[in-house]
Amino acid sequence: MNPETENRGLKRVAIDPLTRVEGHGKVTLLLDEENHIHQARLHIVEFRGFEKFIQGRPYWELPVVVQRLCGICPVSHHLAAAKTTDMLVGARELTPTADKIRRLMHMGQVLQSHALHFFHLASPDLLFGFDDEVRHRNIVGLIEDQPDLALKGVRLRKWGQEVIRVTSGKRIHGTGAVPGGVNKSLNREERDYLLQDVDQIIDWGRDAVHLIQRIFLSNPEYHRRFAALDTHMLGLITANGGLELYHGGLRACDPEGQILFDQVDYLEYGGYIQEQVRPWSYMKFPYLSALGPERGWYRVGPLARVNNCDHIDTPLAEAARQAFATAGGERPVHASLAYHWARMIELLHCAEAARDLLLDDDLSGTELLNNSDLHREGIGAIEAPRGTLFHHYLIDSDGIVERANLIVSTTHNNQAMNESIRAVANRYLDGRVLTEPLLNQIEVAVRAYDPCLSCATHALGKMPLSVELIDARGGSVDLLTRDTSGRFHGGAASG
Amino acid sequence: MDPPRILVLGYGNPSRGDDALGPALLDRLERIQTQRPGWEALETLTDFQLQIEHSLDLDHREQVLFVDASLSGAAPFEFVRLQARRDDSYTSHAMSPSALLSVYREIRKTAPPPAHLLAIRGERFALGEAMSPAASDHLEAAERFVVDWLERCLSHPPPRS
Repeated sequence: MNPETENRGLKRVAIDPLTRVEGHGKVTLLLDEENHIHQARLHIVEFRGFEKFIQGRPYWELPVVVQRLCGICPVSHHLAAAKTTDMLVGARELTPTADKIRRLMHMGQVLQSHALHFFHLASPDLLFGFDDEVRHRNIVGLIEDQPDLALKGVRLRKWGQEVIRVTSGKRIHGTGAVPGGVNKSLNREERDYLLQDVDQIIDWGRDAVHLIQRIFLSNPEYHRRFAALDTHMLGLITANGGLELYHGGLRACDPEGQILFDQVDYLEYGGYIQEQVRPWSYMKFPYLSALGPERGWYRVGPLARVNNCDHIDTPLAEAARQAFATAGGERPVHASLAYHWARMIELLHCAEAARDLLLDDDLSGTELLNNSDLHREGIGAIEAPRGTLFHHYLIDSDGIVERANLIVSTTHNNQAMNESIRAVANRYLDGRVLTEPLLNQIEVAVRAYDPCLSCATHALGKMPLSVELIDARGGSVDLLTRDTSGRFHGGAASG
Repeated sequence: MDPPRILVLGYGNPSRGDDALGPALLDRLERIQTQRPGWEALETLTDFQLQIEHSLDLDHREQVLFVDASLSGAAPFEFVRLQARRDDSYTSHAMSPSALLSVYREIRKTAPPPAHLLAIRGERFALGEAMSPAASDHLEAAERFVVDWLERCLSHPPPRS
């Protein structure tokens, strides 16, 4: 029992680990004597060692090696490292060919990541309800009930990965982005290969937006209330306030949608964002410096980006954004489950933007690199599928990384995820009984954020799920375990 | 044109200790492939993890071998015939090969190709760690086994089940 917890007379509920989020997590719920949730703690351990993994390596290796930080979004780290090393080699601007190839790669990455999350993780919850039997409420249940929808999800993801393969040179461990640019352009045949399916991809993206919009508005009050929070929101933005995923200034808005700061050069991120360390978590807690750690926490990712922007520069996604904004009325849309809706708007945008890029002859240009003198410090930021991602390196005169700092997307959402868990648990927890439905509700709340728990390893035999209820004296009141074959032991499941 | 009739799909993160076992074995097979006549009918494919879109890679195969690190299997490795089967390992980072076969059956409306799993026992999986000495030994044993198995498959193609 945590001494802090024991001294304050709180009970602890531990849920370990989550399922169907990337990697492993553990949830602890701290109860007061009236069985209200005093605090929720989502423990994420797999971000340990990122900076150490980078330190001591030559900077030119980083765009390739950082892909191994995360098997779910390696391209985001690839591009963030490339942007950071651009600065190290003095490439203040990329050639049009390099810039557009990187953007196309990024569109493919975001599209396939969003497709995986929506079609394979979230849609079973949304289509079948949060209380559906676990054995059915998954992608296989989706395929059985709606085979065409599931196949679309597979094909969308596959197309996004083909974009990555063509632009980065390989299906995984790609080398396309290098310090100062890219190492290859696209020829006509490669562009035609991707173009042959792009209209179909756009159609499916539009269908996905309609599907999630219909689901959300079919029970609007429920979806608005579930795990809902009023928060600040942060993300990159174009110079004229448009949605931006690859390169732009920072914009932060308050819960009413009022702009707190705008067009901030991300090189200055240290002056606007600070990180708080808490003794119980390996993951830090970022906050807006001007507001302090108590009031300054915020959300990033699709919900923040679609709320924060004034427009989207592709027509179908812009129409979808307007419908989304209408659902919020005069305020931003704060519903955590609206992350899914925003995610599909971005998927549609990525498909449209990819088509525009594929039709641009700059993709086949021959000017690939820009560089000048070596600099000692580099900072790169990108909007990864899950939110803003910062890489920051200091190198020595030989080009070896001396220090590195990363703020990954899931870290930005750390406090918000805890608050969403608390909101859900307060609503559904019976003080002394742990149940599968409660577990499901917590998982649905966390899953809305699409957290990347670093997707550490997937080695066979490593997926148990257990829940423990501990009273104020440290004694175990209840234990619920879901084993690797999906069977429940103990807890309410045994009763 | 149909793809090579035998697919070996190895997955894992090369920078997470023994999680590298799958990709490491495929590296070895790719080197051997360049020197052995008759191995043109083999295709190797690596990824960080098994995902649902890999079901599309199973099209037109006569035989599929999945290679993964195992946290709890017998050392040095286990080799098992797979059946398409729904299970509850449908997590984004832990889709099982049997589940992938099941997805194939559902979306293609036909039986998946015959498939086996080679699960090589590992011990440590932290970021930046090297492969453990025990896992290296297991990798050697697995390589000898798979080369023999592939030779048999390539010389005597199994009938489709």
